[in-house]
Amino acid sequence: MEIERLGEWLFFYLVFPGAAFTLALGLALSWVDRKVGALVQWRQGPPPGQPFWDVVKLLGKEVIVPQPAWTGFLVLPFVACAAALLAATLVWHAALGLPGGALGDLVVVFYLLAIPGLAVVLGGAASGNPLAAAGASREMKLILGYELPLLMALLVPVFQQRLVEGRQVAAATLSLEGLVRFQELAGEAVYRPSGLLALLVALICCQAKLGLVPFDLAEADTELAEGALLEYSGPPLAMFKLTQAVQLATLPVLLVTVLWGGVERSPGGVATFGAKVLALVTLFVLIRNTNPRVRIDQALRFFWGPATAVAILALALARLGW
Amino acid sequence: MPATSLFDRALRKSPWVFHVGTSGCNNCDIEIADCLTPRFDVERFGVRLVGSPRHADILLVSGPVSRACRAPLQEAWLEMPRPRAALLVGVCACSMGAYRDAYGVAGPADRVIREVDPEAKLVYVPGCPPKPETIIAGLVKLLGEL
Repeated sequence: MEIERLGEWLFFYLVFPGAAFTLALGLALSWVDRKVGALVQWRQGPPPGQPFWDVVKLLGKEVIVPQPAWTGFLVLPFVACAAALLAATLVWHAALGLPGGALGDLVVVFYLLAIPGLAVVLGGAASGNPLAAAGASREMKLILGYELPLLMALLVPVFQQRLVEGRQVAAATLSLEGLVRFQELAGEAVYRPSGLLALLVALICCQAKLGLVPFDLAEADTELAEGALLEYSGPPLAMFKLTQAVQLATLPVLLVTVLWGGVERSPGGVATFGAKVLALVTLFVLIRNTNPRVRIDQALRFFWGPATAVAILALALARLGW
Repeated sequence: MPATSLFDRALRKSPWVFHVGTSGCNNCDIEIADCLTPRFDVERFGVRLVGSPRHADILLVSGPVSRACRAPLQEAWLEMPRPRAALLVGVCACSMGAYRDAYGVAGPADRVIREVDPEAKLVYVPGCPPKPETIIAGLVKLLGEL
């Protein structure tokens, strides 16, 4: 990174499309989550500013640190939020085709998006609460479960190849910019059988990554009392809520970027992109509101069984040119 | 903190409630659940039932406090981050109702909470059981006190 462009990178990370923009979008989307959930139950639901007020309130409340906790208990929520925001910046940078060349590839984004989950595991374990420990252990198993099929699903466009004007074109790159450019050239990945299967698998995996029903085992309100987040209060809890909001914005954007063509630079293109993201979020919420929670063994069997099998099938189809 | 600060407004717009049933007869619990149903839908006001007292702003107590429930209720109160307040729902939580002078009870919830925190802010919602409207009215009053 050249030093004279530091200001530009900081602007990307802190204002647009990074922290400020993604936080605002994430809070708006978490309102959509609660509102659609309420409508499904024939309720009116919270007003649009609700997630914002929740976070402001949590930021102003007292912080209680349980006696057995170590420093990580307070540091990890901030690490989680920073990592999610960095991942969001990289994804947006590629999706919008901002100047400055490639910032990071699919693998970097994938690792960054794993950090919030790990922070929940470590933070929950650090709190010393037995229920939080149970939640942390479930979250850990869930991460082991969904990461494999999710990564394979996101690799499908990398292996896709098309016949464009008489010659074979393949993405054959892990850079997000490269994947967006390949899709501009050869059509969106999702409109091929392999891409469609990949999107299905990725959707289910993201449902687990977001901790939504049927994969909300780590937070399990009813029997684990919010699981790994149980001992958190005040600003650290606000950070975890913000992280969830950022992930709720980042994951659909990542899926749309990698599998559904990114953002076309025109008012119509931006509107289409917004509609795609909103459609994915609404799908998350509808799945969340119409399913019961699964057990941890069922979740693992599902992710390592059918989900992985379908992801492998999608990869094979992509390699064969479908 | 002045009443117009951003945090003060946020506190009134997003009261998160932790419910402790202290050996009540479940009648109040049914009315409390009613508040969350489509007809009353307290989520309109930002109210959420949370699973941990660490996340809560308001402790909702229903039932007379039995001797076995005394310590857990006090613990739940002390675990809540400040600013905090309690909503005592039902005549049992307010003044023990039919359980007055019974051998197994440790006292009404206000006395039990004030044993550990004399400054605790409390709002009483009497009734056997109180209507959901009454509970919501009590909640609004409590938000004014916060």
